[in-house]
Amino acid sequence: MTCDICGKKKATVHLTEIVDEQMSEMHLCEECARQKSTQMEQQFGLADLLAGLSDPSKPASSSKDSEKSVLKCARCGLPYEDFRKFGRLGCGECYTSFKEHLTGLLRKIHGSNKYLGKTPVTYQENQKAPLSEAGPVALLPSEDLSDLKQQLQSAISAEDFEKAAMIRDKIRGLEGKEQ
Amino acid sequence: MRIEELLNHTGEWLRGTGPSAHIVMSSRVRLARNLEAWTFPGKSSKKDLEDVLKAFEDAVNRLSPLKGSTLFLMTELDQVDRQLLVERHLMSHEHASNPEGKGLLVTAEEVVSIMINEEDHLRIQVMRSGLNLSEAWNIINAIDDALARELNFAFLPSWGFLTACPTNTGTAMRGSVMMHLPALVMTKQINKVLAAISKLSFASRGFYGEGTQASGNFYQISNQVALGHSELDIIQNINGLIRQVIEQEEQARQALLLQNKPMLEDKVCRSWGLLRTARIISSQEAIELFSMVRLGLDMGILKNVDHKALNELFIMIQPAHLQKIEGKKLNAFERDTKRAAVIRQKLGGKDV
Repeated sequence: MTCDICGKKKATVHLTEIVDEQMSEMHLCEECARQKSTQMEQQFGLADLLAGLSDPSKPASSSKDSEKSVLKCARCGLPYEDFRKFGRLGCGECYTSFKEHLTGLLRKIHGSNKYLGKTPVTYQENQKAPLSEAGPVALLPSEDLSDLKQQLQSAISAEDFEKAAMIRDKIRGLEGKEQ
Repeated sequence: MRIEELLNHTGEWLRGTGPSAHIVMSSRVRLARNLEAWTFPGKSSKKDLEDVLKAFEDAVNRLSPLKGSTLFLMTELDQVDRQLLVERHLMSHEHASNPEGKGLLVTAEEVVSIMINEEDHLRIQVMRSGLNLSEAWNIINAIDDALARELNFAFLPSWGFLTACPTNTGTAMRGSVMMHLPALVMTKQINKVLAAISKLSFASRGFYGEGTQASGNFYQISNQVALGHSELDIIQNINGLIRQVIEQEEQARQALLLQNKPMLEDKVCRSWGLLRTARIISSQEAIELFSMVRLGLDMGILKNVDHKALNELFIMIQPAHLQKIEGKKLNAFERDTKRAAVIRQKLGGKDV
């Protein structure tokens, strides 16, 4: 089988794509495949593509949002623009630095941005600092009552009473509204 | 364990038994974890990567569930050895291509493997034979807990485990199942099934992993989402989907038998004959013939072969394995010859 693009070399890379229940296949030689993937990375923001946010016909760099281009991770220095291009974060702190942008992105990717999985066995004992540093911001992702109650529990076990008091007040407020 | 010792056996997960083993070859669960104290591998210096390796090694030495496992340092292996580990489904292509600062931990029976410094600091995987995601989850969950007692993972209560790629953020878990679906392919229903799978936010790929084309009627199906569901929920969802696909494949197999039994028997027996007599064979042709023989075995057309032998051949006929068995570098033509010899020997073919 020869490459679909250059028609000369042997196709060794096989792409299968399913769009609207239509399956299409592409067979490329290594060189053309490499070119194609660099082209794609330059043309579209990979992170945007992952989330289906961008229109593939428009290049990502046309974004007029100047604030985004200077935003950087406070710890590893990764520019937000690089994350948009390559779709990879640089460290755990990026999640806090890019929180606003990631909230929507994660919901797009997963259909939800609410975490329901396990907690590391030693998380509360060892990582009091990140919990209290996150402070009131950690409350923002969800106003859900059961969520807040869970957060209250973890704040209490972490002996972060200041935060616990804030969550308690918030729960009271919400419960009051419901009644 | 030396790398050559791997050649004396194949992974326990290839034994070919377990729930629905006639359609499901194997089940795999993987977790991505990052260590809080370091930046992710893609943003790390050589020194950082070495420190992560060291921290992981120290932790493993204190852990009983991983006692007796072997840690391979990628920089100490040559290209063929690294390829051998990829071919055994113990690590990714990506992990083999750039060895700097990377490691791989493998337990004795190859049930558990942990890639160190791939895209994330740790990529833990557990493989089981047949449809057995729950068991794989139980094993990996225990290992994850043990590791968490020694290492601080990057984690936020609101978003779960933090990973380099946002598609993994949350549970950072992927469950995947390798399915053999020849009847759905032969009855031309496979595209419909794959389209439905992708609509339900599950992905399908070929036997040899990410970025490979489905071949020989083997499809790997896995979950895509990691937020909004617990790990057990995700596993139950995959199980539910897989059971439906199994049912469809079973119905298609019955339909094939009813419609044209002699044609099916002919296809199976010709494949069996070719495998036991061929002198030169490409891996693509071999896999297609394995698929037919496997189908024949599952439908009672063939009896003198077992799943274990067929599953082991899938691994052994790959380039690095053939070269290790032969003990020297082989070019493409030499590999096709060696491949045919390995298959004849394993399937009791006669060297006429």
